[in-house]
Amino acid sequence: MTLYEEWVSFYTIVRKDAQRILKIWPQTFMPSAVTSALYFLIFGAFLGSRIGEVNGVSYIMFVVPGIVMLAVVTNAFSNTATVIFTSKFFSRSIDEILVSPTPPWVMVAGFVTTGIVRGVGVGLVVLVVSLLFTHLVISNALIILLFLVLTSALFSLGGFINGVYADSFDGISIVPTFVLTPLVYLGGVFYSANSLPSFWGAVTKFNPIFYIINGFRYGFIGTADVPLLVSLGVLLALVLAFAVTAWYLTKKGLGLRQ
Amino acid sequence: MSTSALTLRNLEKTYADGTRALNDVSLEIPIGDFFALLGPNGAGKTTLIGIVTGVVNKTGGSAHVFGTDIDTAPSTARRHVGVVPQNVNINIFEKVIDIVVNQAGYYGIARSVALPRAVQILKDLGLYEKRSVEARALSGGMLRRLMIARALIHEPKFLILDEPTAGVDVDLRRSMWDYLTGLTKQGVTILLTTHYLEEAEQLCKHVAIINDGVIITKGTMAEVLALHDGSTPRDGYTGGRLEEVFLQLTHDKS
Ligand SMILES: Nc1ncnc2c1ncn2[C@@H]1O[C@H](COP(=O)(O)OP(=O)(O)O)[C@@H](O)[C@H]1O
Ligand SMILES: [Mg+2]
Repeated sequence: MTLYEEWVSFYTIVRKDAQRILKIWPQTFMPSAVTSALYFLIFGAFLGSRIGEVNGVSYIMFVVPGIVMLAVVTNAFSNTATVIFTSKFFSRSIDEILVSPTPPWVMVAGFVTTGIVRGVGVGLVVLVVSLLFTHLVISNALIILLFLVLTSALFSLGGFINGVYADSFDGISIVPTFVLTPLVYLGGVFYSANSLPSFWGAVTKFNPIFYIINGFRYGFIGTADVPLLVSLGVLLALVLAFAVTAWYLTKKGLGLRQ
Repeated sequence: MSTSALTLRNLEKTYADGTRALNDVSLEIPIGDFFALLGPNGAGKTTLIGIVTGVVNKTGGSAHVFGTDIDTAPSTARRHVGVVPQNVNINIFEKVIDIVVNQAGYYGIARSVALPRAVQILKDLGLYEKRSVEARALSGGMLRRLMIARALIHEPKFLILDEPTAGVDVDLRRSMWDYLTGLTKQGVTILLTTHYLEEAEQLCKHVAIINDGVIITKGTMAEVLALHDGSTPRDGYTGGRLEEVFLQLTHDKS
């Protein structure tokens, strides 16, 4: 395919899924808006006033970035996982792309971009919801956007890989429930790792989401438990590793072809 | 330039569960042919088509489409192939026109080019009135035609149809055959599988019969029909000549 043809194919994949995401917005955007409103209510309004300040900002402002990331991570992941899984398992419409000249990297890039559309979209919705509860402090909007995009990319790649391997609906719900949610909760959404006893502080440092939340939080409050470049480095390295894995699986057709 | 649309050499497929679906299959389909791949259920026809079109991974041998190796240049090999699969593989919640136009997109054809083309093909196949409905509102015969429309949108030079007339009424079957012969007249090479042997006998130039993953005979229609041993017909129903050869050969084997 020429570069132009590859662009057309990429655009087709993205357009189709973006339309789907928008069409079923009560299922794609509303759930995160509602649950994060509850978080903000409980941790901001109810508990926040008793906790006081963390790292120099109000408690609610401290938790906003983590709550946003929780939504971004789960949405980006399940978007790609669900699309890949249903189109290979139920309708088998993934064949439409497999029989075409679309190269594996375009296919991966297309589905990951739709995951980014969903992840960033949901992230922005949750940020808007947070405005009902607090004034957002923003230190660097570019860093915020960068972390939104890269985090969405990482977890939609994860969802892609999971969707390719899954052979039942449970196979795509296990990871969000038993892996992603705990990692996010233990990744310093609600507390500063510096305030933890040394054992748990050390364990936290093995959690990739800890770096993501810290980098993202840096974009808001201008401080974090780890240097920004470390956070960015960890995130970029993971994106690269997942992208290569997804590309390799697609190229070999593992899980997608019979 | 290669003179064959498809060349298979020593093709092998063993599925993950150990089923050996193809066993040393070699075939050649000349450009411009109307080729019938015949065989009983479970013979390996769909597997063979799956390998050629990129939805099944082969476990041995090689396949070339218009001289291009599907392993070393998969993207080039797929560009001129259109496929109508045996089982419906359509997302039924998508609109008819979107299904066809998006398929063009996967081949790198922009929407502005694909839309008028899709309209024409849907008209030719009698689906134009249904263009804006979701595919779940289509009947079985309409879905089959939608899959044909989807397979033709990038104007393939090689069209593969896996039991396109299964479960389709007589009227529609006739018009499908007319449509397909029309395509071969324009130079499109066609490979099809079917259980309607009389139709294959009339329409196809070359034929191969496959049983248990092994090609048991191949050649021009005349050559294969000549294999008819003329043995006295059994009591009761007797089919056309191809049907008799088919039964003779596929039963000999087992
Ligand atoms: N995904 C699969 N996994 C395991 N075995 C399969 C699979 N698909 C087909 N088979 C087996 O391979 C053989 C050939 O099947 P198929 O190619 O569908 O035959 P045909 O199209 O000629 O009816 C059959 O024994 C079938 O059961
Ligand atoms: Mg079949």
